[in-house]
Amino acid sequence: MAKVVPRPELNFWERIYFIEIFKGLATTLGHARKGLTDPAHFPTVNYPEEKPELPRDYRARHRLMKRADGSPRCVACYMCSTACPARCINIVAETSPDRHIEKRPVKFEIDLLLCVFCGYCVEACPCDAIRMDTKLGVMVHDNRADFVIDKTKLMDWDPKDYPVDDLTSQSAPGGARHADALARLQSGSDH
Amino acid sequence: MTFKPVPSAPAIPEPSLEHAGVFLSSAEALVNWSRRNSLWPFPFGTACCGIEFMGVVSSMYDISRFGAELVRFSPRQADVIIIAGTVTYKQAPVLRRIYDQMCDPKWVIAAGACATSGGFYDCYCTMPGIDEVIPVDIYIAGCPPRPEAFLEGIIQLQKKIDGEKFRDSRAMGAERRATTTVAA
Repeated sequence: MAKVVPRPELNFWERIYFIEIFKGLATTLGHARKGLTDPAHFPTVNYPEEKPELPRDYRARHRLMKRADGSPRCVACYMCSTACPARCINIVAETSPDRHIEKRPVKFEIDLLLCVFCGYCVEACPCDAIRMDTKLGVMVHDNRADFVIDKTKLMDWDPKDYPVDDLTSQSAPGGARHADALARLQSGSDH
Repeated sequence: MTFKPVPSAPAIPEPSLEHAGVFLSSAEALVNWSRRNSLWPFPFGTACCGIEFMGVVSSMYDISRFGAELVRFSPRQADVIIIAGTVTYKQAPVLRRIYDQMCDPKWVIAAGACATSGGFYDCYCTMPGIDEVIPVDIYIAGCPPRPEAFLEGIIQLQKKIDGEKFRDSRAMGAERRATTTVAA
C-alpha cells in the first residue's frame, strides 16, 4: 500500500513565490560573501604554496624498507610483481651473501606510469619490504623514462619522516598489523 | 678630371632576427607570458581521470589560478589538450583528428596510467600510451592522478612554454606533426 505524503500547506506569502525566491538568493549570496571575505570559508587550496596533508595510508609512491644495515628488506621472491595487475614491477634476483637469506634484488624497478596504485604489492609482500606510505602523490615528468624508478630511489627516504614511535607511520596500509609493527619496534630488529 | 674612389662605407649588417636581440627577446617574453597564462584546455576525458579533471576545474583546486580555466569543447579554440582516460585503438583516429584540428601553438598533457602507458589494459584494444599517435609534452602518473598532480602538470607545461621561441613554434609544430604517424 502506497504511503501518502501530504503536501505541505503553503501560506499566502509562500504561494506568491517572490519572497521565497529572494530568501533563497539571500542564502546563496550569503555563502558567496563568506567565500569571498571570510578566510575560514575560502575553499581553494593554493597548491604550489600549500599542499593538502594526505593521510598516512593513502596509497602514494612506493618505498622499499631497509634492514638495520641499510640493505633492502626485500628477498626477491617476486610475490609483488606476480600480484601486480599492471605488471609494473621488474625484479632481478641474485644469491644473497647472507647464508640465512636466500636471495636479494640486484634490480628492483617500478614503472610509475604503468602502476595503478592498487596496493596489491604491499599486501602480497611476505616480509613487509614495500610500502606505499610516502605521501608522494604528485609525479609529473615530460618523458616516460623518468617514471621508471630503481632500487636506490625507492630506498631514498628519510627515517625522520617515519618516526618509530608513531605507529601510523610504521604500519603498512593493508599490510602489517599494529601489533606486528609494535613487536618489531620493541625488539629493535630493524626500522 | 679624376675621381678619387670613395672609401666604401662599413658594411651594414643585414637585418636578421639574431641582431634584433633586445626587441625580439622582450617580445618573446611577452608572447610566452601571454601564452602560458591563457591556456585553454580541451578535455579529452574518456574515463575516470576526466572526473578527476572536473575536480581540478572546480573551486577546491581552481585551475583558473593558472589561467587555464576556460575549458573549450572545440579543438579550434583550445591550446592544450588534456587526455584523461583510456584511449582504444578505435578511438585513436578520433584523437588524432582532434589534435590535428587544434591550431598552433598546441600542447598535450597525458594524465593517468591509461593515457600515458595503457596501465593494466595489456590487451588487443587499448593503446599502450597515446604518444603512439600524438606527441605528448607532459606525462602525469596516477590512477587517477591527484588534482595537485594535474596542477603540477600545468605548472611544468608553463615552464616548458616559457622556454619556447615563438618564431620557431610554427616550424616546431610542423616538425612535431611530421615525426608522428597515425597507426590506423
